[in-house]
Amino acid sequence: MDLLTPDLGLLFWQVVVFLGLFLILRAFAWKPITESLNERENNIQSALDLAEKTRQEMTALKADNDKLLAQARTEREAILRGAKETADKMVADSRVKAEAEGKRILEQAREAMQNERQALVAQMKKEVVTLSLDIAEKVLRKELSDKSSQEKLVNDLVSNSRLN
Amino acid sequence: MRSILNRLLLAIALVMSPIAFTQAQEHGHEGETAEHGETRKEGFDVGGMIMHHIKDEHGWELAHGVTIPLPVILYSPDRGLEVFSSSRLAHDQVYNGYKQIHGKIHRVDAAGNDDHEAKFYNFSITKNVASLLLSAIILLSIFPAVSRSYAKNRGKAPKGLQSFLEPIILFVRDEIAKPSIGPKYVKYLPYLLTLFFFILVNNLLGLLPGAANLTGNIAVTLVLAVITFLIVSFSGNKHYWMHIVKPTGVPWFVLPIMIPVEIVGVFMKPISLMVRLFANITAGHIIILSLLGLIFMANSLGGMTTSIAISPVVLFFTLFLNLIELLVAFLQAFIFTLLTAMYIGSAVEEHHEADHGIGFEGAEAH
Repeated sequence: MDLLTPDLGLLFWQVVVFLGLFLILRAFAWKPITESLNERENNIQSALDLAEKTRQEMTALKADNDKLLAQARTEREAILRGAKETADKMVADSRVKAEAEGKRILEQAREAMQNERQALVAQMKKEVVTLSLDIAEKVLRKELSDKSSQEKLVNDLVSNSRLN
Repeated sequence: MRSILNRLLLAIALVMSPIAFTQAQEHGHEGETAEHGETRKEGFDVGGMIMHHIKDEHGWELAHGVTIPLPVILYSPDRGLEVFSSSRLAHDQVYNGYKQIHGKIHRVDAAGNDDHEAKFYNFSITKNVASLLLSAIILLSIFPAVSRSYAKNRGKAPKGLQSFLEPIILFVRDEIAKPSIGPKYVKYLPYLLTLFFFILVNNLLGLLPGAANLTGNIAVTLVLAVITFLIVSFSGNKHYWMHIVKPTGVPWFVLPIMIPVEIVGVFMKPISLMVRLFANITAGHIIILSLLGLIFMANSLGGMTTSIAISPVVLFFTLFLNLIELLVAFLQAFIFTLLTAMYIGSAVEEHHEADHGIGFEGAEAH
C-alpha cells in the first residue's frame, strides 16, 4: 500500500460508494433541496413584486382620490357660485320689480290726487262765486233799501259815467 | 440555549482533537518502540509512524492494541471469492495462504515464501474503505434529513441543521456553480454539491484522532478527478474541442506548439485536481504528525525531561496547525469543486471571444 500507487480495492470502493452517494443524494437530497430553495426564492421575489405592485397601486389610488377630491371641490365651488348668482339675480330682479310697482302705485296716487284737487278747486270756485253773488246781493239789497241812497248811487254813477 | 450548547461542544471538540491525537500517538509510540525494540535499540522511527498513519491498512487501528478488525475480501480466479476478518492476518499470521507483508496481502506457499505467480484481486474493506463508508453514512443521514426538513418547513424559515447547511449549499450554487458554469449550471449542481460535501466531510473526518487519511489517498482523488474529467469531456461542446485543435487568435506558426500544449492541458487539469487534494491533505497530516513526532524524538534523544519540556511548545504548534487544517479542509473542498465547475464551464460555454481560458488560469495557481 504505497503512497503514490492507487489501490485497486480502494479505487473500486471509491467508484461504487461515490457514484452511489451521488445518485442517492441527487434523488433524495439535492433535487428536493434545490427545488425548495428555488421555490422559496420565487416566493420571496413574488412577495416583493406584489408589495411593489401594491405600493404602486396605492400611489395610483391616492392620486385618483386626490383628483376626485379636487374635482369635487371645483364642482362644489361651481355649484355654490351658481347658487349665489341665482340668488343675487333673484334679489336684483325682485328689487327692480318692486321699484317699478312702487313707482306705478305712486303715479296712480298722484293722478288720483290731481283729479281730486281739480274737482275740489272747481267746486270751490263754484261755491265762491255763489257765495260772492249772495253777499253782493245781500249788500246791494241793504244799500239800496232807501230812496236817497238809490238816488245818490244813480247820481254817482251818472257823474262818473259822464256822457261825452 | 441549544446553540450555546452546540458551540460549547464544538469548542471542546476542537480543543480536544489535538490532545486526543497526541495521546493516540503516545500509545502508538509506546507500542512501536516495543515492537521495534528488537530491531532498533534507540531512536524513534518518526518516518515509519507517519507513513503508517497516512497509509491505508487492513483493520482500523484506533490506538495501539485497539484495532477494529475489518473484512478482507479477496478474489482470485483459481479460488473465487474469499472473505475473512483482518484479525486473522494480524501479527504476520498466515491464513488460507495469505500473509501481510508491509501492510500488503501476499499469497504465500506452504513454506511461507511469497508466491509471485498467484493472481488475486484485493477488494478488502480497509481502513480507508471503512472511513469512506462511514462518510457515506454521515452524508446519507444528514442530507436526506435536511431535505425532509425542507419539505416539512415548506414556505417557512430554515431551522436547525437545515439553516446550518443552507448557506453552504447556497454558496456552492451561487458562488461556485452559477458564475463558473453559467446558465447551464442546474444540470451539474448535484455533482458539484456531492463533490463538495464528500470532500469536506472526509477532510474533516481525517482530522479526527485515529481516523483514516481518505482524501489524502491518491486512489480517492484519482476517482474524483477521473469523474470530473469524464463529465467535462462528455459535456464539451464544439467550441471546447475546436479550441484544442485550432485555438482562436493564435498565429498559424505557433499552432505546432499550442496544439500539444492544449492536449496536455486537457489531461493536466484532472491530474492537477488529483494531486492538489492528495498532496494538501497528506501534507497537512505529515506536518501534524511530524510535530508530534518531535516529542518522541526528544524523548529518545534527550530523555523524558526534554520531551516534557518541549511538549507545550509542540502542542501549541499542533493546535495551531490543526486549526489551519480545519481551514484547509474547507478550502480544498472549495477549490476542487470550484475548479471542477470552471472546467465544466469552459467545456459548455457558448462564446466567440478569443480570451479562452483566462478565467481559470489564475485560479489554477493554487
